[in-house]
Amino acid sequence: MKLLEKYRKFLLFLALGFSYSLAYPMTAHAMHIMEGMLPPRWCIFWFVVSAPFFVYGLYRMYKITNSDVPNAKVMLALCGAFVFVLSSLKLPSVTGSCSHPTGVGLGTVMFGPGVMSVLGVIVLLFQALLLAHGGLTTLGANEFSMTIVGPIVGFAVWKLCRALKVNRSVSLFLCAMFADWSTYVMTALQLAIVFPDPNGGIGAALIKFLGIYAVTQIPLAIAEGLLTVIVYNLVISNDLWKETALQ
Amino acid sequence: MKKRTKTNIILLICVILLVLLPFIFVKGEYGGSDDQGTEQIKKYAPNYQAWAHPVWTPPSGEIESLLFTVQGSIGTGIICYFIGAAHGKKKALEEKASKEASSK
Repeated sequence: MKLLEKYRKFLLFLALGFSYSLAYPMTAHAMHIMEGMLPPRWCIFWFVVSAPFFVYGLYRMYKITNSDVPNAKVMLALCGAFVFVLSSLKLPSVTGSCSHPTGVGLGTVMFGPGVMSVLGVIVLLFQALLLAHGGLTTLGANEFSMTIVGPIVGFAVWKLCRALKVNRSVSLFLCAMFADWSTYVMTALQLAIVFPDPNGGIGAALIKFLGIYAVTQIPLAIAEGLLTVIVYNLVISNDLWKETALQ
Repeated sequence: MKKRTKTNIILLICVILLVLLPFIFVKGEYGGSDDQGTEQIKKYAPNYQAWAHPVWTPPSGEIESLLFTVQGSIGTGIICYFIGAAHGKKKALEEKASKEASSK
């Protein structure tokens, strides 16, 4: 009780903040490209680019679920669930705005970058249909940044770190962090190509969009890296998965 | 406490600090970064019209936060179930092994 006494002010502050947030919900949106914000030809372009990765993801998933790797299906579900959780957490950042992590690092390390394109689409569809976040027309573009570029960059970082004999947790942290961050760098690039600065061109627009998306994302990417390490530690220490399972 | 548990707790504290620190040091509106993105698009291309609109929009902020919470809870439930089940299984196996060892 003494402890309670000591932190009473802090608790009161927390309670106030909480009720305030309930009374005035923030009208923030998911940090993907919004519905209708890309011209039709670009929407088609990103769908076409993403399609082969998605098909490859399905093939990988089929192989994994039909292999005799123990717990493969369970771990696939867990990786999908991890993306679900992390992309529902809209976190504040140093820029004074909010964004959310992507959660693709975990699945990338366990199954390789392919399967994330399938798991990620489930989350993107959920948010586009039920939450008006992201969109169906921009699904291809968002798929490309979050479930293709992010995991591929993360996987490259993971492989590089492991080849350099970096400790497992640190490699995983870097993988998840860069997967998250590169997603938003890609989003900024996608927007800058379509909406260049009237004076400065694509370069100037890219800097501006990077300032909005990528800078906000830095602390969140670090948080995502740490969370990924925690969950992976729990998975490994409970014998659910072995690091060498798919090698 | 096991070393791994300790590491996990320290990591978790770091995550919480990362989330809380912006509130203490930065006074912002904490709107969505994609709203800023949309604003920036309007600056660059004032004539651009969004040509598609969300199929369904949550009727209010409350419903929206409900759905976000549902999304997060589904995921958390799945993760915790699998990890919890595996934890129990491992413990049971260990107990069985130690019993067999002591009975011999």
